[in-house]
Amino acid sequence: MAIEDPEISRLNKIASQVRRDIVRMVHGAGSGHPGGSLGCADLMVALYFKILRYKLPFNKTGQGEDMFFLSNGHISPVWYSVLARAGFFDVKELATFRKINSRLQGHPATHEGLEGIRIASGSLGQGLSVAIGAAQAKKLNQDNHLVYVLMGDGEQQEGQIWEAAMYAAHHEVDNLIGIIDVNGQQIDGPVEQVMSLKDLGAKWRAFGWRVLEMRGNDMEEVVKSLIHARGLTSRQQPVVILMHTTMGYGVDFMMNSHKWHGTAPNDEQLARALAQLEETLGDY
Amino acid sequence: MKKYTILDRKDTRSGFGAGLLEVAQKNDQVVALCADLTSSLKMDAFQKRFPHRFFQVGIAEANMMGIAAGMAISGKIPYTGTFANFSTGRVYDQIRQSIAYSHANVKICASHAGLTLGEDGATHQILEDIGMMKMLPHMTVINPCDYNQTKAATIAIADYQGAVYLRFGRPVMPVFTPPDQVFEIGKALLLNEGTDVSIFATGHLVWEAIKAGEILAEQGISAEIINIHTIKPLDTEAILQSVQKTRLVVTAEEHQLNGGLGDSIAQLLAQNLPTRMAMVAVQDRFGESGKPEELMQKYGLTAANIVEKVLTIRKSKS
Repeated sequence: MAIEDPEISRLNKIASQVRRDIVRMVHGAGSGHPGGSLGCADLMVALYFKILRYKLPFNKTGQGEDMFFLSNGHISPVWYSVLARAGFFDVKELATFRKINSRLQGHPATHEGLEGIRIASGSLGQGLSVAIGAAQAKKLNQDNHLVYVLMGDGEQQEGQIWEAAMYAAHHEVDNLIGIIDVNGQQIDGPVEQVMSLKDLGAKWRAFGWRVLEMRGNDMEEVVKSLIHARGLTSRQQPVVILMHTTMGYGVDFMMNSHKWHGTAPNDEQLARALAQLEETLGDY
Repeated sequence: MKKYTILDRKDTRSGFGAGLLEVAQKNDQVVALCADLTSSLKMDAFQKRFPHRFFQVGIAEANMMGIAAGMAISGKIPYTGTFANFSTGRVYDQIRQSIAYSHANVKICASHAGLTLGEDGATHQILEDIGMMKMLPHMTVINPCDYNQTKAATIAIADYQGAVYLRFGRPVMPVFTPPDQVFEIGKALLLNEGTDVSIFATGHLVWEAIKAGEILAEQGISAEIINIHTIKPLDTEAILQSVQKTRLVVTAEEHQLNGGLGDSIAQLLAQNLPTRMAMVAVQDRFGESGKPEELMQKYGLTAANIVEKVLTIRKSKS
């Protein structure tokens, strides 16, 4: 086995802790969405611990910093964990996920001022439009930072996504990087069976976007691809990355099945999952 | 009865266009988005004057609401423009999640509301928009009565931090409120003091209420006429104060009975001051093609209908 770059090793360690947080949060709540959260853990760690240029304390307007939007809001566990681990709020608060009086709503919300969240998401298909608005506001403000938005692949079935795709290319929103979690699963089964996306890359290209692809559960490739994507901004064209992931990545029995899209592990399953995930930063 | 003269005849949407241009000159955070109806919404002057602050989104209203929310997060004050139908029902979930629930400071500006859209017919004549919008937490709902008031409201909402639904219309209507008035959100306007009945009207029906007041005065009935330009938040104090005095209420609006102004006032009175009331509104029907004034007559939204309601409830009261 090749010797891992220490920076990639650092990020992988964080991702392992984030995956522990995800399964513990969903177990603690007795509900939630572990599958997509686990699959996107590497991306989210790469973004918040390497790529995004953001400031703390959190400023909701995002002036003078990169902004991230989560359009597929059901994978809130991974976002909450990464935000807490990155210092946006206390990791102890992760224990309140989906519980009464918590700021960590089942789907992300702004109403209690949770640091890191700028808009509610959950009802699918809306985040790309919001990200475009934020990106265009940056241009008006002469702020040369970037806007990132993560979407799901099942979410590509929403019509609003394509309204937004058309708009961003037409208006040359080139300070925007879209990422699609292509894990091939949605609630009712494989995306291919529920509503095939056919050639998703060709669709985005036809809409006028620059399309990249990456393996989303390979930290080194994720980091390299995000840096590459950043280099393609400011070229009168929006950029989208098709990120191929495995739903449930990191927990063997959750992988490759839509059954773990929105199911919480029981006590025994939690123990089996945690045994596969190294505790690197200390559990909350 | 206080005398109101017709200062001019103009459409409320032109009041919006004029207000948007004026507020944009004063506040450089104001931006505007339009879904392929720039001249219908009278946004052309803004577009010409501030091309970099104007965003054409094409026929894609859901996307427009999302973009507006994103701009609002970043400190802009976005005004979205399309017909009332496409400003509400078509994009309800986007408004609910990305704007209302997310506390986004978006001004949803909706023209061609109600039956007075006219010949285009029921597909475009939305009569449910006030109801849909007032049900959303964090949403302010404004329905001004004429050109001058629509202009003033358009200017005023920029200084208010929060989501607003601003409803106006297509037809040329009497202008009778003062130019350069200061618009106060949530503040009912007393148009005529009276003692026998309170008439609460909104939008295009305010002028009809004034005409009704004149007819009633000739019959010796003293009507208190109040312009409820803000349906939410409702000026409960002004309404209760008037009803304490008159103990008889008629409401008037170009909207479905379900979910409209009358419904809001009935809710207030049922809980605080149960009062006999009647409502001039559309009775659970869709509209149809026709000239605005023909439609208002056929659907019972005229001064004569207000008078009739007043006389009926006065009779049943005694």
